[in-house]
Amino acid sequence: MLDLVNVSKLFNPGTPDEKIALMNANLRFKTGDFVTVIGSNGAGKSTLMNIISGVMKPDIGEVRIEGKAIQHVPEYERSRWIGRVFQDPMAGTAPRMTIEENLTMAYKRGKTRGFGWGATSAKRQLFREHLSRLGIGLENRMNAKVGLLSGGERQALSLLMATFTKPAILLLDEHTAALDPARAELITRLTDEIVREMKLTTLMVTHNMEQAIRLGNRLIMMDKGRIILDIPEEKKTNLTVAQLLGEFEQISGNKLSDDRVILG
Amino acid sequence: MIDSIYGAIALGLLYALMALGVYITFRILDFPDLTVDGSFATGGAIAAIMITHGYSPILATLAAFGGGLVAGACTGLLHTKGKVNGLLAGILMMIALYSINIRIMGRPNVSVVNTETLLSPIMKPIGLFILVMGIAVVIVKLLLDAFLHTDLGLALRATGDNARMIRSFGANTDRTKILGISLSNGLVAVSGALIAQQGGFADISMGVGMIVIGLASVIIGEAIFGARSVFIATLAVVLGSIVYRIVVALALRVELFKSSDLKLVTALIVIIALVVPYVNRLLKQKSVARRRSAELLATVSLKKGGKS
Repeated sequence: MLDLVNVSKLFNPGTPDEKIALMNANLRFKTGDFVTVIGSNGAGKSTLMNIISGVMKPDIGEVRIEGKAIQHVPEYERSRWIGRVFQDPMAGTAPRMTIEENLTMAYKRGKTRGFGWGATSAKRQLFREHLSRLGIGLENRMNAKVGLLSGGERQALSLLMATFTKPAILLLDEHTAALDPARAELITRLTDEIVREMKLTTLMVTHNMEQAIRLGNRLIMMDKGRIILDIPEEKKTNLTVAQLLGEFEQISGNKLSDDRVILG
Repeated sequence: MIDSIYGAIALGLLYALMALGVYITFRILDFPDLTVDGSFATGGAIAAIMITHGYSPILATLAAFGGGLVAGACTGLLHTKGKVNGLLAGILMMIALYSINIRIMGRPNVSVVNTETLLSPIMKPIGLFILVMGIAVVIVKLLLDAFLHTDLGLALRATGDNARMIRSFGANTDRTKILGISLSNGLVAVSGALIAQQGGFADISMGVGMIVIGLASVIIGEAIFGARSVFIATLAVVLGSIVYRIVVALALRVELFKSSDLKLVTALIVIIALVVPYVNRLLKQKSVARRRSAELLATVSLKKGGKS
């Protein structure tokens, strides 16, 4: 489904600030995998996301979707396969446009945009149904500008926009990190429901150890640009936070250092 | 007095197309595009030279639109593909267009007095002119509104609002930017073509300060009529253009101003309209913050009082 083959990426190559962002990363994702990614600061989690989505290009190595190498395909063309929710609730929506208009743009993911009318009544009906499933009343505010919504509401909308066209791959980049605990819990629950229901192949970066263990069927741990641990479903079900931290120390020789890490 | 008001409304309608163009770049794309000063004169130049060479005024005006599209596309390409700073890209095109406009006309100005133009059938009486131009401008405004609600138009609006977001949904934001800047300058050039036909000549300096006049129209319109939706925002731009011309007409009747003060007055209007809302917002935020802090403090001390 999605493969990363020998992917490496340096920041500021050849300068005193040279930094290994990813070193020879090899990953294979099967259709329907829900993978959680944890790691310390600067471990390369965000770089991994950016390389898959096309924001960055790998220095060497290949990114393949369904066997096809796509590392040179620009971000806007990859959106055909990839849905993404960012950490910043402001990043995934257009604030001066209405909920309905935002959904209309998401509906056209990866398709050619022409002079066809945007929000037709058929589409509006569809959006209303999807919005009502979020259970936060957005279906009654479809003509409200998105800038008027709270961070949690915007993130719920971003999640819906990223998923309802059923992308082949869903990237979640610490998408609950900027929310207060109650809202983060809501978004986590919605994520779990949507991913399960639509059987989306998902990659989720998180700082929340407990969340990383509870969600998904596979867990990847990263450190200094390398993938140091890859825990399959069988082992993951009985995993505890303490075990996970122990594993990290054993492999990397350091304590997991992350100023934002939540042990859960 | 009444005559000068009618005249102002008529001029406001002719310049409204230019203001709509400025609205596309300044408000929708969030891109202050200085190409306008050049492309306005380009529109006038193309229309005037074609009319004097015997082409039909309709064809001449359409060609002016095309010229504006090309000029805007060049600015857009410079900015997106050449990674030239937006303001600089506009300035470069504006300067380049100065020479190009002289090339088009062959000399610094071209007269179309005593020639049949697009506007000659409706020039008199002025009521007819306002009616016909009013309808034409409203049609253009409605077409623009409709375009901004199509899938492509939505992508264009999102490019100025949150480019990262619309890229993640598959729009090529370089392309939407070029399209927006191009369309904007097309409208500006048509406005220039109409002004040349109404005034009877195209002149190399007819576009000087046009961007500021466009900004003034957009800002005045927003301040008076708001911008809740695209429909209202574009209507506000058209009305803003008319209000601006009326204000200018009245200001010129006051002995205080000479007609050469016009650009200074325009700049002052834009400065006031840009600074006042900012200061207002700042003061409002401060007062809200102060009030909320006091409220929260009061509830905290109340609770403490209850316990002790």
